[in-house]
Amino acid sequence: MSGFDKWLGHSAALLLALLWVLPLLFAIWTAIHPVAFEARFQLTAPLTTENFVKAWQAAPFARYFLNSFILVTSILLAQFVLCTLAAYAFARFRFPGRDFLFVLVLMQLLVMPDILIVENYKMIRALGLVDTIAAIALPYVASGFGVFLIRQAFMTVPSELDDAARVEGAGVLQVLWRVYVPLAKPIYLAYGLVSVSHHWNNFLWPLIVTNSEETRPVTVGLSIFASVDSGIEWAVINAATLMTSGPLLVAFLLFQRQFVQSFMRAGIK
Amino acid sequence: MDRRDWVYGWLLVLPAMVFLGLFTHLPAITTIWNSFFSTPRGRRPKLFVGLENYQRLLDDPVFWKVMVNNLWFALGTIPLSIALALIMALSVQRAFAGRALVRMAYFTPTVLPLIAVANIWLFFYTPGFGLIDQITGVFGLGQSNLLGSPDTALVAVMVVTVWKEAGFFMIFYLAALQTIPPQLSEAAKIEGASAGTVFWRITFPLLMPTTLFVSINAVINSFRMVDHIFVLTGGGPDNASSLLLFYIYETSFRFWDTAYGATLTVVMLALLGLLAIGQFLIFDKKVHYK
Repeated sequence: MSGFDKWLGHSAALLLALLWVLPLLFAIWTAIHPVAFEARFQLTAPLTTENFVKAWQAAPFARYFLNSFILVTSILLAQFVLCTLAAYAFARFRFPGRDFLFVLVLMQLLVMPDILIVENYKMIRALGLVDTIAAIALPYVASGFGVFLIRQAFMTVPSELDDAARVEGAGVLQVLWRVYVPLAKPIYLAYGLVSVSHHWNNFLWPLIVTNSEETRPVTVGLSIFASVDSGIEWAVINAATLMTSGPLLVAFLLFQRQFVQSFMRAGIK
Repeated sequence: MDRRDWVYGWLLVLPAMVFLGLFTHLPAITTIWNSFFSTPRGRRPKLFVGLENYQRLLDDPVFWKVMVNNLWFALGTIPLSIALALIMALSVQRAFAGRALVRMAYFTPTVLPLIAVANIWLFFYTPGFGLIDQITGVFGLGQSNLLGSPDTALVAVMVVTVWKEAGFFMIFYLAALQTIPPQLSEAAKIEGASAGTVFWRITFPLLMPTTLFVSINAVINSFRMVDHIFVLTGGGPDNASSLLLFYIYETSFRFWDTAYGATLTVVMLALLGLLAIGQFLIFDKKVHYK
């Protein structure tokens, strides 16, 4: 390829990237400038945090953040425990019905709880859990995707390591904890990032099962805040929008490489 | 096979299987079951109605509307997102100044909640006041109401979807491109092949498994992604931008007609089942692996 071609290719890449990031830049622009500069782009426009303060005071975002935080951490912990145990069984134990059960696990890759909203709501109501954070989490704690991913990692562990630990007298769970889990750390990181971002961003199911401030995650809180036709200024809505995406955005900027690799690893295996 | 292995195996899978059963398999079965009953209302219990819900489905113009919308939505977003993803991946494949920034720009929308993405775009679309109208206003063009007009509402929703998805698919292509040995294209260039020939005869065929994988994900997403509709259009005007899952939500949780909601979900399950079968057949035949 000639030098000019290369230069052309890179300019096109930069242009597309600029176009791609423009909507986000606009949102940031309006959020950090006074309302008067909402669509006036001057480099000398004064900066302000007023929009963020207004948004924070106009709705119980502190509570929403706490709810989202509790939600994603409890889902992640439950997923790690349940999926690890099941993945271990599928990777290293032979028992009748194993293949059938594994097919049942894989079915969840296609038939996700996201689309079974009608009957899952009935289930949650039958359990008396409507409008609790547990209700948002429960359908997702046994993740077919998680079982599959961790099983793949466990299968690459040499069985000599497993045998050696057993000869030394380690029990089944000790072998799992001391041999398998440490060797699968990169997979746990990958799965963790995917899970946290997915459940931080999830909207439809939490919208259905929550109806109070004490349980709503930030996504539902944001939609209620922004949809009220009370003439809230755009700048304030954009500030709220950025606020709710903030933790993930900051985490992404800090761990960019891990994020991209995690999504890649999680998708391909 | 050791007896003890059996017990350990079962005990280890038990917790996960209980939750999977309660929130995936059992609901899938009761969905089908309840589609043959009427919705219980107040003191009136549900009654067996046979295929009545399905008859209603066939006669329901809104159902057909959302099915056609979903088809357009899939046709409009999937090929475009995938093509853009491939272009993005190719453009940041080689090192150049600013590559990390470019890649980050492509990928960032993927990290944002869909509901937040919709809020950002709503700011552009709002008639008169929104950014699009401010720009067209400079050129003396009239106001537009992209979200409020039945002809453009779905397209406006699709644009937002592509913006959110393309960067996500890009990373799969990036990973796949790394596995293609550079000797292949070097050899082709020595033979005098143009860049276009190298792409269409070497790179693109070798990326086929990735393209298929990404397509399947994209199809599943086209059924699942409805969050932005809540913010942008609420399915309107006149269901012009409503999709199947959104209609299921409206039927079940706005009009509380859960039996009909279950019937609509059965359609969704059937479509996903077809997808699974198709995937199985294509994976077996059409795609050549290394």
